[in-house]
Amino acid sequence: MNIKVNGKTEALVQECSVKDFLDIKGLEATSVVIDLNGHIVKAQDWEETLLREGDVLEILRLVGGG
Amino acid sequence: MEDFLEIGGVRLRSRLLVGTGKFSDYRLIPKVVTASQTEVVTVALRRVDFDNPAENMLEYLPKEVIVMPNTSGARNAEEAVRIARIARAAGCGNWVKIEVISDQRYLLPDNFETLKATEILAKEGFVVLPYMSPDLMAAKRMVDAGAAAVMPLGSPIGTNRGLKTRELIEILISEVKLPVIIDAGIGRPSQAAEAMEMGAAAVLVNTAIATAEDPVMMAEAFGQAVSAGRKAFLAGPGAIQKYAVASSPLTGFLQEIS
Repeated sequence: MNIKVNGKTEALVQECSVKDFLDIKGLEATSVVIDLNGHIVKAQDWEETLLREGDVLEILRLVGGG
Repeated sequence: MEDFLEIGGVRLRSRLLVGTGKFSDYRLIPKVVTASQTEVVTVALRRVDFDNPAENMLEYLPKEVIVMPNTSGARNAEEAVRIARIARAAGCGNWVKIEVISDQRYLLPDNFETLKATEILAKEGFVVLPYMSPDLMAAKRMVDAGAAAVMPLGSPIGTNRGLKTRELIEILISEVKLPVIIDAGIGRPSQAAEAMEMGAAAVLVNTAIATAEDPVMMAEAFGQAVSAGRKAFLAGPGAIQKYAVASSPLTGFLQEIS
């Protein structure tokens, strides 16, 4: 199953939720915000939101800016 | 006399807003906040780089400051609106600096798209501060669209060139019924003081502090300059004259008594 994450194609070997994906990437839940197919997914919904073929996932965070 | 700046129902004592971009180390940021006495800082929203994951910037911001995300990276109103909504979900509160740019050489804002985004986000309950070119009619439309302040540029972003748009900004200050915050281009504390002396409500400074040899000391200097400039404005500067006007009395000279 292929999904697009931050503009790059990623192959997932097994079904996984948004939360599983963040765990694999070693990202702390408090530091990122998730947009899936153009919709914000709240942190409390990450565990039950399963990623599907063709999904476009944006994993974003706040950085220094003017 | 108590002097404060009210934006979006919040009373700010400091009239210096500070951008957090370009700092060599996030650990400087809390020190810069303290030294400058700022109460509002800007941040940006970006994709996480998995090969090089940066630290969580929010951890470096003192809890009491207002964190205002910008919509940098947006090339039109739609993108700006999307960034603003995501930033709010990231825990930023409801302040947003609209920044819509498609010109990559001078990074000048697109007033038309900025206006559209301002209207949409103000309706959604955001406290909207549009970064804009200092055009009076555009500024008036920002007011009608529900902006909480307008933020005209002094000169292009990151140039440290000061108030090149001075005359147009003076018109905005005189005609726009919202706080006018000078954003972009202010490179020296003297320029920040100049902006405040001419009646700006506040200034937003990033590059001039972040790229100084000693950012923390420069932050303090900007804080003092903004507060001095504001005081000078409130004090009402004396008139400018073409010819000399003696400061000492012109009577009672020694020659007259000898």
